[in-house]
Amino acid sequence: MSAWLRHHFHSWRGTIARLTATPIGTALNVAVIGAALALPLGAYVLLVNLQTLAGGFSSQAQVSLFLDRSASSDDIRSIEDRLRRESGVAQMRFVPRATALHDLARSANLSGVIGALRENPLPDAIVVTLDGNNAALAEHISQTAGGFAKVTHVQTDSGWMRRLDALIRLGRTVLVLLGVLLSLALIAVTFNTIRLQILTQHDEIEVSRLIGATDAYIHRPFLYLGGMLGLLGGLIALGLVSGGLALMNTDVATLASLYGSQFRLDSLGAPDCGTFLLFSGLLGWLGSYLSVSAHLQSVD
Amino acid sequence: MAASAPIISFREVCKRYPGGYDALSGINFEVDTGELLFVTGHSGAGKSTLLKLVAAIERSSTGTVLVAGQNVSTMQRAARPFLRRNLGLVFQDHKLLYDRSVFDNVMLPLQVIGLTTKDASRRARAALDKVGLLAREKANPMSLSGGEQQRLCIARAVVNRPSILLADEPTASLDLETARSVMEIFRSFNQVGVTVLVATHDLAAISQLQPRLLALSKGRQA
Ligand SMILES: Nc1ncnc2c1ncn2[C@@H]1O[C@H](COP(=O)(O)OP(=O)(O)OP(=O)(O)O)[C@@H](O)[C@H]1O
Ligand SMILES: [Mg+2]
Repeated sequence: MSAWLRHHFHSWRGTIARLTATPIGTALNVAVIGAALALPLGAYVLLVNLQTLAGGFSSQAQVSLFLDRSASSDDIRSIEDRLRRESGVAQMRFVPRATALHDLARSANLSGVIGALRENPLPDAIVVTLDGNNAALAEHISQTAGGFAKVTHVQTDSGWMRRLDALIRLGRTVLVLLGVLLSLALIAVTFNTIRLQILTQHDEIEVSRLIGATDAYIHRPFLYLGGMLGLLGGLIALGLVSGGLALMNTDVATLASLYGSQFRLDSLGAPDCGTFLLFSGLLGWLGSYLSVSAHLQSVD
Repeated sequence: MAASAPIISFREVCKRYPGGYDALSGINFEVDTGELLFVTGHSGAGKSTLLKLVAAIERSSTGTVLVAGQNVSTMQRAARPFLRRNLGLVFQDHKLLYDRSVFDNVMLPLQVIGLTTKDASRRARAALDKVGLLAREKANPMSLSGGEQQRLCIARAVVNRPSILLADEPTASLDLETARSVMEIFRSFNQVGVTVLVATHDLAAISQLQPRLLALSKGRQA
């Protein structure tokens, strides 16, 4: 075993000893770090889910053309032909009014009400799916189609798509701010925890320096300690967020079933969890590094 | 001993502490490899300051301090640990760690340089044996007598087999007989080739050694 490896081994043993020497203090520190990390992590998970939800509705804008009752199948074919000549149209689907009524009855649980109707109030429709979710393109198609004969009404869904998009973008900005703020909080918490550790080992550090310990040697056990605190805090945060999601999912399931959806909030995947733990460990490491450096500066 | 290059040399060294007090001024001397030198003087004469300059614990304000060919006055922070690994230091205020055993105190310098536990234990026990403390290896330093604590400090200082041993008031508050026995230990290390600098105001304790003296008075060579 090389001298370097032995140093690391000693440092690790020291770290474990320190973490277990004051279990309550360690637990409280880890809990604080975990809570601080759980907030941005939770916000991130919700945002990812919101994006999935939005994507599931449609990542492609749709334009619906509602037709006059008197439109014949020739009229319909001619409208479809003209639409086909427009660029950016990915797909077209003719929805006969009978189908529309049937769908409505099924998805909104209105069969009782609809069964009581003497005639079908819905018009025939053509649903045009566009390439991508391009609000300008949707605008253009809806203007053009609005001029076609036998088209009484055009409806685009790009408006609410745009609103949702803006909302998600706002959410992302808030998330970044939250993340930065709470990362700083985590660094501050480890900085302080390590500073207290340094105070209790002040004599050992001083003597070690006087008998030839390098700065790296002094740093190492504290870096491990800070990294461990960050990592354990990260695990707590993952636990909190998973627990929170499980709780929320019972309500989400109820809500989703009202919309005839199977939607559930997804937890983070393994790669995301790994990245997150690495990040929290690094933050702890950084807080510790700054703390020991500040101490070494002050005694020099 | 054959004439050899000085291992320590001070040239026009001054040390002014923050606040403007000149603890040392105009110090010039050389110590050859294998020499035994006693730095004497009244309290406040600058003995501790002089030893601290050798170990790069303090930095000279002007002048040059050379130790083993290196200019300590201009030494980079990163190089200091490696200088100190070649020095054995006995501090005026002991600087023993009371949260661990006698044995673990002597192990510390060896852990710092990354020796295996097996080799380190062997060397730590050998050092404790040399100062007559092997039987107390499991004790806490707090439970040792004043003379035993001084000997423990010496064991920790020599366990790295340094080429230079620096001791600051190693016999303070010891009775004459104990003080002489501690000084004998330094002489025995010197006799196996270690360069030894001892700061002391206890002339009685060294009278039997007929040593070379560097006398300081109010920060100047007397
Ligand atoms: N860190 C410091 N800051 C300011 N002045 C200091 C500092 N260390 C020492 N001095 C002053 O420098 C002078 C020399 O101190 P030093 O400790 O070298 O004396 P000494 O010969 O070792 O004395 P003693 O025999 O009491 O240990 C003293 O007047 C002391 O007050
Ligand atoms: Mg002194």
